[in-house]
Amino acid sequence: MQVSSMHFKRQASANLGNEKLQHALEKLQTKFVDGRAAAIAELPNFEELRSAAVEIRDRTLHRLDAYLVRFEQAASARGAVVHWAESAADVNRLVVEIARQHGVRKAIKSKSMVTEECALNDYLTNNGVEVLETDLGEYILQLAQEPPSHIVAPVVHKSKEDIADLFEKKHGRVRTTQIAALCREAREVLRPGFLAADLGISGANFIVAETGSVLIVTNEGNGRLTTTLPRVHIAITGIEKVVPTLEDATTLLRLLPRSATGQSITNYVSILTGVKGPNESDGPEHFHIILLDNGRSRLLGSELQAMLRCIRCGACMNHCPVYQNIGGHAYGWVYPGPMGSVLTPNFVGLENALDLPNASTFCGECAVVCPVKIPLPDLMRHLRRRQFERRLRSWPERVALRSWSWLAQRPRLYAIGTRIIARVLRIFAGGKNNLRFIPGLSAWTKDRNMPAPAGRTFRDLYRSRHRQ
Amino acid sequence: MPSSAKDLRVGLFVTCLVDLMRPCIGFATLKLLRAAGCAVVVPANQTCCGQPGYNSGDVPAAKALALKFLQEFDGCDYIVAPSGSCAGMIRVHYAALFKDDPAFTDNYRRLTEHVYELTDFLVNIVKLEDMPGDFSGTLTYHDSCSGLRELNVQAQPRALLARMPGVTLIEMREPATCCGFGGTFSIKFGDISARMADKKCQHIVETGAVGIVAGDLGCLLNIEGRLRRRGDWQTKVWHIAEVLAAGDDLCK
Ligand code: SF4
Repeated sequence: MQVSSMHFKRQASANLGNEKLQHALEKLQTKFVDGRAAAIAELPNFEELRSAAVEIRDRTLHRLDAYLVRFEQAASARGAVVHWAESAADVNRLVVEIARQHGVRKAIKSKSMVTEECALNDYLTNNGVEVLETDLGEYILQLAQEPPSHIVAPVVHKSKEDIADLFEKKHGRVRTTQIAALCREAREVLRPGFLAADLGISGANFIVAETGSVLIVTNEGNGRLTTTLPRVHIAITGIEKVVPTLEDATTLLRLLPRSATGQSITNYVSILTGVKGPNESDGPEHFHIILLDNGRSRLLGSELQAMLRCIRCGACMNHCPVYQNIGGHAYGWVYPGPMGSVLTPNFVGLENALDLPNASTFCGECAVVCPVKIPLPDLMRHLRRRQFERRLRSWPERVALRSWSWLAQRPRLYAIGTRIIARVLRIFAGGKNNLRFIPGLSAWTKDRNMPAPAGRTFRDLYRSRHRQ
Repeated sequence: MPSSAKDLRVGLFVTCLVDLMRPCIGFATLKLLRAAGCAVVVPANQTCCGQPGYNSGDVPAAKALALKFLQEFDGCDYIVAPSGSCAGMIRVHYAALFKDDPAFTDNYRRLTEHVYELTDFLVNIVKLEDMPGDFSGTLTYHDSCSGLRELNVQAQPRALLARMPGVTLIEMREPATCCGFGGTFSIKFGDISARMADKKCQHIVETGAVGIVAGDLGCLLNIEGRLRRRGDWQTKVWHIAEVLAAGDDLCK
């Protein structure tokens, strides 16, 4: 996926003015925020579960190498082949190699954000492998040739009217805005694709070290078809997705759907272990698992390590008031919202995503809802620090900050300076007690007034009162 | 630690915004603390807690101002600020800012643990029952982010308002959703910030309350600024201290 994170501001502004998008984003509150709250309320021990989840993730990250090796051994013992990919390009190359090795021409995919990191679809198409997305949301995006705007609900930016238009245009059938009818239509169009494919590509929500299993949660059942129907299955995921045991996976599973969609459990939970056995009726003949680093190991042992706990539930973006207002595309890469503002700079370079760690009011709601307690504001703050230290912030900003702290360290000068500002702004404001414009603060005053200062500082008033 | 509020030496941290923009809030805070019987000291050289530098990645600047703050308030039993944001900065973030730095002595650590947001202090430490203010009207309360999420300030302001016979509180939709201020965020991303403020204003206006109260001046400037730009000159915007201590003596 093309990185456009440097244009965050412009993209965000455009999205603020996009009424259709604004309307679509209202779903976040009713569907996800309220849904999660209800799902959490039914758990008697939510906070205990969160702590247990943190413990599992931290224990695993602490010995990530050992758990990954154990996973590889267990998976190999069941006939799967594990591949290690350092970069996105490695993933793409591996998938094409595997496809060639098995004579694959047609592939189907279930939802995978990691393959978005790799822009796998384009690469496959360019290398003669036809790909069909089978998750409804991803299918819609494939038709529309758009990237996802959310990690769980990739088409949250679209209305059903948008989808109706798109289907009418691409399928050439009678237009309908009935959700059930749209789903049926997609199912009918997709079915021949399922049957014709030789290769199924999926992601993984977790991989289990003790059993060598790949665990996938879905709501549409397309994940099952994708991973069992074709001869060959390739599961692609990040190295941080490993959990030690099935028991650990079930603990995380109690949190993931609740945090993501407000469901106590998804419609399907598939635990895929090994290739089709001699007496088994379904499953792939060949099972490849590609584990991608792509900069994840850089986070290990750093101040940002907690980010690797992420289970990709999307709660942080659903609850982020910035995301709620601008949508996911503004962030300019695969992962939007608070988690994306931490991850994207790591993947694309600090200097290529300068706005992202700053695009937060630090309201803290993301950290409150994160099921694995990632201190997202602290991590964004750390990235701001790295930007400052690497002199990546603009000079006016650096000068302003430095001047402020210089002045604030000199109480006498500070008293005089603030006295002057308070007076001048007071005079400027006139009778309305409000300023419509302040030089240098047009970003504030463009859409807001600035209430005028009282005219004298507390410091001055306090001194004169106490002299009396 | 002294046993009653009478013996408490309480440092008032006015905060830079209140000092510059609305000194009234500082005097209201003073009045409330005195009503609770505290001996209030107001260090004359106080300026800023260092939060702008801290949140913008300028660690040395933040540390310099934090140390200055700690030196000035050293010796206080408690430090009270009419701001959840500044109180949170000191109580929650100083320890992180000075991680592994010997300049942050045990004494300073204890001092930061005694920093309180005003309403939290009035309810949980000095247990003020009778508000010195005289106010009647309908109000709606906005939960400012840092106070709410870093210091757990949610029930306290509401409890204090409930102790004022003339006040009726009407809750707005999503009172805990950020108003969009966010310090430098409001300038770096002016249009996103203003949109967030606009939604907040909508929720406020829907309640039909005479005024909106909150515990942080930053949020209030943002909310008032947006209300006025929307053409709403009716809805009053107050800091909670201004309501709890309301009276003619306040801003004279
Ligand atoms: S950071 Fe937390 S809330 Fe956000 S997607 Fe990851 S696990 Fe979910």
